[in-house]
Amino acid sequence: MKEPSIIEEFLKGIYRENPIFVIVLGLCPTLAVSTQVVNALGMGAGVIFVLLGSNFFVSLLRNFIPEKIRIPAYIVIIASFVTVVDLFMQAYSPSLSKSLGVFVQLIVVNCIILGRAEAFAKKNTVARSVLDGLGMGVGFTLALILIALIREVLGAGTITLFPMGSFSGVIKIPILVSAPVRVMGLAAGALLVIGYLKAFFNWLDVKGKEKKINSRIRKSQSPQKVSV
Amino acid sequence: MTYVGIIITFVFINNFLLSQFLGLCPFIGVSKNMGPAIGMGFAVIFVMSLASLITWMIYAWILIPLGITYLQTITFILVIAGLVQLVEMAIQKTAPPLYKALGIYLPLITTNCAVLGIALIAVRSNYGAMESFVAGISAGGGFLLVLLLMASIREKLDTEWIPKVFKGEPIAFVTAGLMALAFMAFDKALLRNLIG
Repeated sequence: MKEPSIIEEFLKGIYRENPIFVIVLGLCPTLAVSTQVVNALGMGAGVIFVLLGSNFFVSLLRNFIPEKIRIPAYIVIIASFVTVVDLFMQAYSPSLSKSLGVFVQLIVVNCIILGRAEAFAKKNTVARSVLDGLGMGVGFTLALILIALIREVLGAGTITLFPMGSFSGVIKIPILVSAPVRVMGLAAGALLVIGYLKAFFNWLDVKGKEKKINSRIRKSQSPQKVSV
Repeated sequence: MTYVGIIITFVFINNFLLSQFLGLCPFIGVSKNMGPAIGMGFAVIFVMSLASLITWMIYAWILIPLGITYLQTITFILVIAGLVQLVEMAIQKTAPPLYKALGIYLPLITTNCAVLGIALIAVRSNYGAMESFVAGISAGGGFLLVLLLMASIREKLDTEWIPKVFKGEPIAFVTAGLMALAFMAFDKALLRNLIG
């Protein structure tokens, strides 16, 4: 098999192997914190940091960690980075830390991170692992923002971002803000949104494959036409 | 809070799967058939009740006296991983039939966020030892309840016509969403807000 280029290593996490929509990992925090866009951004940043750190160290130490105790070793590495994120968030952004609640600490058991350590970082070089972590983290964050956008716009009629200067940090959408579909902001809405999004991505996938097959058929047919 | 309050809260109102989103990965993974769902559900109850009790002890008797509560994430996850391993070995030696039934689900539980979740939530809610234990059992019970409901629905779904793109996970999420809607009825205040 040909070794994928460095750019491919980064890009695969964003679309082709997107952790949420394609591999379906790390769902618990995804659904719980996607009520507001700002939460999604905060969570995404936390996951990117932990994923980068854990992929870097797992790959750096891959020749030193004995095979038998690798999982506990990975967990210690991951948990250390999660603690850093947790304390950092508590100190510099207490409101974000409060609204994410227990889910910051739960990044430890986010299957994406252990999954990448086990499936990628333990058998690849440091540079590739860092890129993989970055790609997966960005892919996770983009998916999270997409879900949060859908849920917040429909469920509350607002888009909450960071307050900056005169900008209060909340964008209001005219009609929806007075009559929001409140269920989207609740637990049920989150599950429905991810169900439909997953179906949508499946549909895109099927469509893409059909296109490829059709173009291949057309290619194989065209020479015959010429001969006729 | 009384024990009855804790039980009702964790089984119905704050059901881990349908309102807290904890433990969704195994939920979607093992809810295809009834048999694995039962095994997983009981394994989770078992580990959650033990884990919430033991993490409470460690938090109250080691982390607080030493003033190192910031280490709780690392400690808890290691304790849970160790506990799961220990339980696995103990069951294997003492009760082989039970091990046969639960065996393959036990290692999966380490990365089940519901287990770490209950340990962290119990600490955040300032529960006592017994309260933590009860919270662990009832949260596990809620997990089992929803897992069984879901597995029986998905077994029926297998024989129904489903659009191709919805097969597998998407339809499972939509089903879970509809179940979550039904579970919202358990929260009276929420219902009042919705109606207006």
